[in-house]
Amino acid sequence: MRLFIFQRAQSVDEAVNAQGAFLAGGTSLVDLMKLEVLNPDKVVDITRIGLDKIQEEASGLRIGALATNTDVAEHPLVKQKLPALSEALLSGASPQLRNVATVGGNLLQRTRCAYYRDLGTRCNKREPGSGCDAIDGWTRMHAILGGSEQCIAAHPSDMCVALAALEAVVRVRSATGSDRDLPIAELHLLPGDHPEREFALQSAELITSVFVPATPLAAKSRYIKVRDRQAYAFALASCAAAVEIDGGVVKAARFALGGVGTKPWRVPQAEAMLTGQRADKAAFAKAAARALEGAQPRKHNAFKVELAKRAVVRALSLAAGVAT
Amino acid sequence: MKNIGDPIERRDGRDKVTGAAHYAYEVPVPGAAYAVLVTSNIAKGRIVDIDTSAAEKEPGVIAVITPRNALKLPGEPHLDPPDRVVQVLQDDRILFSNQPVAVAVADTFERAVHAALLVRVHAEAAPHTVRLEDQLQNAFPHELMGGGRKIPADETRGDVAKGLREGAQTVEQTYETPPETHNPMEPHATIAVWTAPDKLTVYDSTQWVFSVQRKLAKAFALPKENVRVIAKFVGGAFGCKGSAWSHVVIAALAAKQTQRPVKLALMRPQMFGPVGGRPPTRQKLAVAATAKGKLTAVSHHTTSATSQFDVFVEGSALQARHLYASPNIDSRHRLVRLDIGTPTFMRAPGESSGSFALESALDELAEKLKIDPLQLRLESYAEQDPIEQHPFSSKSLKACYELGAARFGWSASKRPAPPGMLLGRGMATAAYPGNFAPAQARARLNPDGTVLVESGMIEVGNGAYTVMAQIAADALGLPPEKVRFDLGDSTLPEAPITAGSISSASVGSAVLMAARALREKIDALGGLEKARQSAPLEGEGKAAPGEERKKLTMLGHGAQFAEVLVDPDFGTVRVARLVGAFACGRVLNARTARSQLMGGMVWGIGMALHEHAVYDERLGRIMSRDLADYHVPSNKDVMEVEPYFVEEEDAQVDPAGVKGMGEIGICGVAAAIANAVFNATGKRIRTLPITPDKLL
Repeated sequence: MRLFIFQRAQSVDEAVNAQGAFLAGGTSLVDLMKLEVLNPDKVVDITRIGLDKIQEEASGLRIGALATNTDVAEHPLVKQKLPALSEALLSGASPQLRNVATVGGNLLQRTRCAYYRDLGTRCNKREPGSGCDAIDGWTRMHAILGGSEQCIAAHPSDMCVALAALEAVVRVRSATGSDRDLPIAELHLLPGDHPEREFALQSAELITSVFVPATPLAAKSRYIKVRDRQAYAFALASCAAAVEIDGGVVKAARFALGGVGTKPWRVPQAEAMLTGQRADKAAFAKAAARALEGAQPRKHNAFKVELAKRAVVRALSLAAGVAT
Repeated sequence: MKNIGDPIERRDGRDKVTGAAHYAYEVPVPGAAYAVLVTSNIAKGRIVDIDTSAAEKEPGVIAVITPRNALKLPGEPHLDPPDRVVQVLQDDRILFSNQPVAVAVADTFERAVHAALLVRVHAEAAPHTVRLEDQLQNAFPHELMGGGRKIPADETRGDVAKGLREGAQTVEQTYETPPETHNPMEPHATIAVWTAPDKLTVYDSTQWVFSVQRKLAKAFALPKENVRVIAKFVGGAFGCKGSAWSHVVIAALAAKQTQRPVKLALMRPQMFGPVGGRPPTRQKLAVAATAKGKLTAVSHHTTSATSQFDVFVEGSALQARHLYASPNIDSRHRLVRLDIGTPTFMRAPGESSGSFALESALDELAEKLKIDPLQLRLESYAEQDPIEQHPFSSKSLKACYELGAARFGWSASKRPAPPGMLLGRGMATAAYPGNFAPAQARARLNPDGTVLVESGMIEVGNGAYTVMAQIAADALGLPPEKVRFDLGDSTLPEAPITAGSISSASVGSAVLMAARALREKIDALGGLEKARQSAPLEGEGKAAPGEERKKLTMLGHGAQFAEVLVDPDFGTVRVARLVGAFACGRVLNARTARSQLMGGMVWGIGMALHEHAVYDERLGRIMSRDLADYHVPSNKDVMEVEPYFVEEEDAQVDPAGVKGMGEIGICGVAAAIANAVFNATGKRIRTLPITPDKLL
């Protein structure tokens, strides 16, 4: 770990004015600092600035950025109105990590690409322009959607997949003191030629909360995660899905995929295909196939194409109450 | 009063969970500096230059030691196997990825880590290979080491080709197991303290203080007595701490060079390569049986990998020699050399990987013959050793089959699968040698009537502090709380390596003999109360195997049964239930023995479903190099695990009547699970681990 300046902020404004890397649960930042993958000159502790409330608003829930993953997952309103979010959070990490990891930190979680974490290999995300050893290397855990020739690192978060399907909106405070709202689909950037640019945030901007619409759709949402072991494993493929049915016919559907994209993966055209269709496995499979169009598997992850489709069908079936 | 076999609680349990037990790195040593290794990024080549200037400028950095400035060792740091050839900064060769190439020493751990990361190694890479398949044409035979003796690479009986022709059905298949790494919770760690220019004390996380002592004495050209090695608690080892690897010598070298005590622990990613692991294996099986299920041929040819500079043979084909009655047997071991760190013993080396192949092939054969897989094994039950043609010292495998099958409900029909799931059941045989090696112990009566028993073995989670005291107390006719056992110090009576399921049998026998010798003295003085007046009073025990080992085969046996649930859409497997029944001679402590077996069975789940040290073949580097990427079972992956004992009398195996239980728990588990997966899905997975992608 390199030397850094440590500052403890007492308020949101103080935090954004401090111009440093924000430290909340530290489950990602401290880990990557120990590996010297991330080397901030200044770390700003934001654990004392509030922002940990989960509140009901007229049309949804507003979740403070410093609410822990456990607090959100176990919150009665979240379980009742946004079940996919609760399920996604509980499927991630371990109880010890969830007890300290925060919503804001989870939104900005870094990839688990083994090359990103290993200073003995090349990585464009870690060291722009150095090259990518992953693309022709061990790609089993890597993305099949949204990659570029510079980076195929998979987005690791489960929570973000649920938030993507539920069309959450992230609230951000800038250094000028003003707030802006950012749809979650716009928060994470595709790697393109600049995999080191991961978020649509300015350097001092702080996520203060995330708003999740509590729609009838969201109340029937589900999260499915396929992984190599039953706990403490990243998704091979996952899917958050929400379906509203009327007389056996889909009124509206949303779904997003995890473990397969360089960001939480949502394909609105695939969702639209379901509207007006009978809620059955055949229709779900068609939508799944559409969502995986353009997938670019590498040497060790071709299986993810089929696995992801099956995860979509399972999640949609569960959300729609159709027998799996 | 019963004592032996009693489920007495682990004496060191409280100290371990409260932190009072000091593991190697935690021993308080005033003035110690912190050392962190720099390891190679390439798999093969030569160091051209090492730039240490940035590291040396950092505050608190005491030294950066590289092959350029490292002290030249006065001696060769190499002993006979199981010692390993090490890389200790004496030359510029790079022989595998993650090889130690330098060490940074600083006044704090964090500064040492940072300094190590600032060291720039400029190396000239040479072409490498880390793929077993690429070297098969260069495979060569090599003898094995087992139970302290040499075992020939090949053994045959009869005519396998003829046996295969005679069978009503035959199975010829290739099975593969991947490279795996031990990853005990406590990484390797060493503290080296030079108490005088020619006197060295080392606190090491090791399975054998005497081997560390000999190696360091040789490397630094010291009399053995000048090196003291202490290991009071070891946080798991499973074989990887059976040899003193490079970092142990480097810690002592750094301490000598900086003239300070030095603490060196491996970072978790440094556990992948430089400290051994289970080598990848490729195993060709050919088995045949009559229509009734009597084996007519068992051929087990295995190829495993070793490094370019040392030899370790994974004895995967050994069980074929001793387990089943067949007139025709052919067991062969071949090695290939790869640009990897030297592999080493990993829990049940050979037996665990080999039983996956052999017991899978037998399941395939039973399937073809349409007979119960348990019936197939009973038809070919070996009443005597099929290769040696001599008796077993004891064998209760039939009782294991019966008990395991009864507890599991093998003869009942399968329970219905939960909705949307597939349910399958499978079984396999487990076997592991009842090893015995020379061991010494001492028992001393104190004036207060308590007894101290000592031997330089290792507490590695095995319950040694508890179980050895139980043995001594039993022989002395004392309650266990009156007896204390001490261990883990090279100044104590010499014990063999705490590995290979050797210790309970060997040290247990020495302790028994020491206690008996002391009791004779006590009795001669007219009993304990009188003997106390003459305390301290000592008894010595020396146990060693004799000629009986040439006339008898000594094996612990077991039967494993697994029930799995498979999600057919996702290919995910859960092991709903594992039942194992084991016969390993005398059970010394039902509680610690059960823990040993359970630990092995749980590891079997990991071997079957999870463990894989994945190489990036272009880089020649293991990329699953932390515990997020290198999977072992999580709590949620472990459902019902039920070990049972079959009590067994064996007066010939060793004085303690014990066949060690350290390894047998894992044997056969991967096969039982793979067989259950086949039973559930109709898919035969012959390459471990059974990950979801293989079942899609």
